[in-house]
Amino acid sequence: MMQGVLVAEQTIRIASAHGLHARPASIFTQAAGAAGIPVHLAKGARSVNAASILGVISLGIDHDDEVTVSAEGENAQQVVDELVALLSTDFDEK
Amino acid sequence: MELRGIGIGRGLALGPVLRMPEPLPEPADVPSTLGADAEKERATAALASTAALIRLRGERAGGTAKDVLDAQSFMAEDPTLSEDVTARIESGKTAERAVFEAFASFRDLLSGMGGYMGERAVDLDDVSQRVVANLEGVAVPGVPDPDYPFVLFARDLAPADTALLNLDKIIALVTSDGGPTSHTAILAREKSIVAIVGAPDALTVDDGTVVIVDAAAGLVTIDPDEEALAATRARIAERAAEVAVPVGPGALADGTAVPLLANLGSAKGAAEAVELGAEGVGLFRTEFLFLDATTAPTVAEQQKHYTRLLEAFPGRKVVVRALDAGADKPLNFLNAATEENPALGLRGLRALRANEQILRDQLTALAAADAATEADVWVMAPMVSTVEETRYFTRIAREVGLKTVGVMVEVPSSALLADRILAEADFASIGTNDLTQYTLAADRLLGSVAAFQDPWHPAVLRLVGEVGRAGQTLGKPVGICGEAAADPLLAVVLVGLGATSLSMSPAALAGVRAELLRYTLAQAQEFAELALAANSADEARAAVFAASNAPQLHQ
Repeated sequence: MMQGVLVAEQTIRIASAHGLHARPASIFTQAAGAAGIPVHLAKGARSVNAASILGVISLGIDHDDEVTVSAEGENAQQVVDELVALLSTDFDEK
Repeated sequence: MELRGIGIGRGLALGPVLRMPEPLPEPADVPSTLGADAEKERATAALASTAALIRLRGERAGGTAKDVLDAQSFMAEDPTLSEDVTARIESGKTAERAVFEAFASFRDLLSGMGGYMGERAVDLDDVSQRVVANLEGVAVPGVPDPDYPFVLFARDLAPADTALLNLDKIIALVTSDGGPTSHTAILAREKSIVAIVGAPDALTVDDGTVVIVDAAAGLVTIDPDEEALAATRARIAERAAEVAVPVGPGALADGTAVPLLANLGSAKGAAEAVELGAEGVGLFRTEFLFLDATTAPTVAEQQKHYTRLLEAFPGRKVVVRALDAGADKPLNFLNAATEENPALGLRGLRALRANEQILRDQLTALAAADAATEADVWVMAPMVSTVEETRYFTRIAREVGLKTVGVMVEVPSSALLADRILAEADFASIGTNDLTQYTLAADRLLGSVAAFQDPWHPAVLRLVGEVGRAGQTLGKPVGICGEAAADPLLAVVLVGLGATSLSMSPAALAGVRAELLRYTLAQAQEFAELALAANSADEARAAVFAASNAPQLHQ
């Protein structure tokens, strides 16, 4: 188990007032794409490639929706932590 | 040869034609002859090179165009899209067809979401065209970008097109479709580009042909002779040399004041409007606060935005329109049910009345912002169609402490009963776009009936005259806040019909200010009579144009 934690996931609520649309979605997918390992974003029963702007947009994520970020591979926990931190930011406040 | 259309503004230009290329035909749905592996390779290469090319264009363009183009490049290399393309190829389709279908399915998904995401659907179409063009080895349809100034001919321009246009190179715009409220017309007014819209045979003109575009006359002269060219060059030089009318309050030649106000959609444009001489705000649209939201913003949030706007106009009039949702701008939390005829449905004040708390919150936020600033706040209700609705709105607005309460006149019933409506309200503001749509029973958003959407129509002008007369009799102000007020010559006619203030996109202020100064109130009234006596919008425009040219332009 010591080096074996290669899968990580966490569920959170979306902070952005306007949900995960447009700019916030684009910031998120770019970060997910830069992770270098497969990352998925799920809302309800649907799960999409978190690096896909079209996939993420198609989930229609609104403010306060519950979503799950999961990653598989090297540094999975760190990747999930970073992406969760992004989703906890209210992008629209900037 | 000549083409006739609807001129936007009074500009004059001449130059060579470049046509906006037609979109590519849909790739045929035929079985692949190359096999799935070869098709996949072609699709992957085309998507990657299109993404790279778009990114490069973004770097060259910079600014907001770069953001639009970057977003497009991400769409081209999107992993979900690429999986979809692969699946379609594996079912036997060609790369062209698979790409086309995959983009179309995401386009439909985005359109279905409406609002901001719905607008991104046009971007997906654009990327799809580029990838398909790459696969077919044909030229990419898109915006011409030569290194010389040109006159752009197009069917109509989509917002995505105009985001990419190099406006410095475009000396005029001519479209075959679209009316005075089309996206092209609005862009032309905002950027002060010479434009003629709805000129039916525009797409028969070849690239490179020299044309004269005379927006005031609504006339495109194709391949003019030397004499006409020389005369046009002289007129253009003359106009440029005319001392620009200094920024100042709007007035007619006899000194009759006609306050010129700005139409604003957010607090951001306020500083620019003031710089361009806006004497206040004649229409502040509040929809932006609500778009993309699933619930109405709180009173505190709204108050913050209103205060920011009002602070830019100390001592000036600011007319705020209560939330106008429905029809072309539906909001999730207000317009729940799908309607067969949204323009005739639960929209404007009707929708607010069905959700009274949203209306009360908005008015409360506005009253608080009013109390905290120096601006002279007026508030008005959208889409009022009865005297009873007028009473309803004025009662609630006065209850929360707003002092000057009016209604928009956009429906013929309100224009016809303006004397009774203005007995209840403190002022009226005429929205000419909707008034034209409802008077001529022609959907503003439907290209096939765009020709009806012309505020010069005598039926529309007669209704404006009804409101003007009621205003005069009762001593109540009557403003105009539709696109009509931005057409300089029509603005003079509207004043002749009794309009007491004009509100428009800030970029249109200079043109209207200059035009008003040429005529007295008596002349404006004479123009109004000429327009009312005409049989059609074209006749009205031609009659007033002829009269306006009679003494003035022979100086």
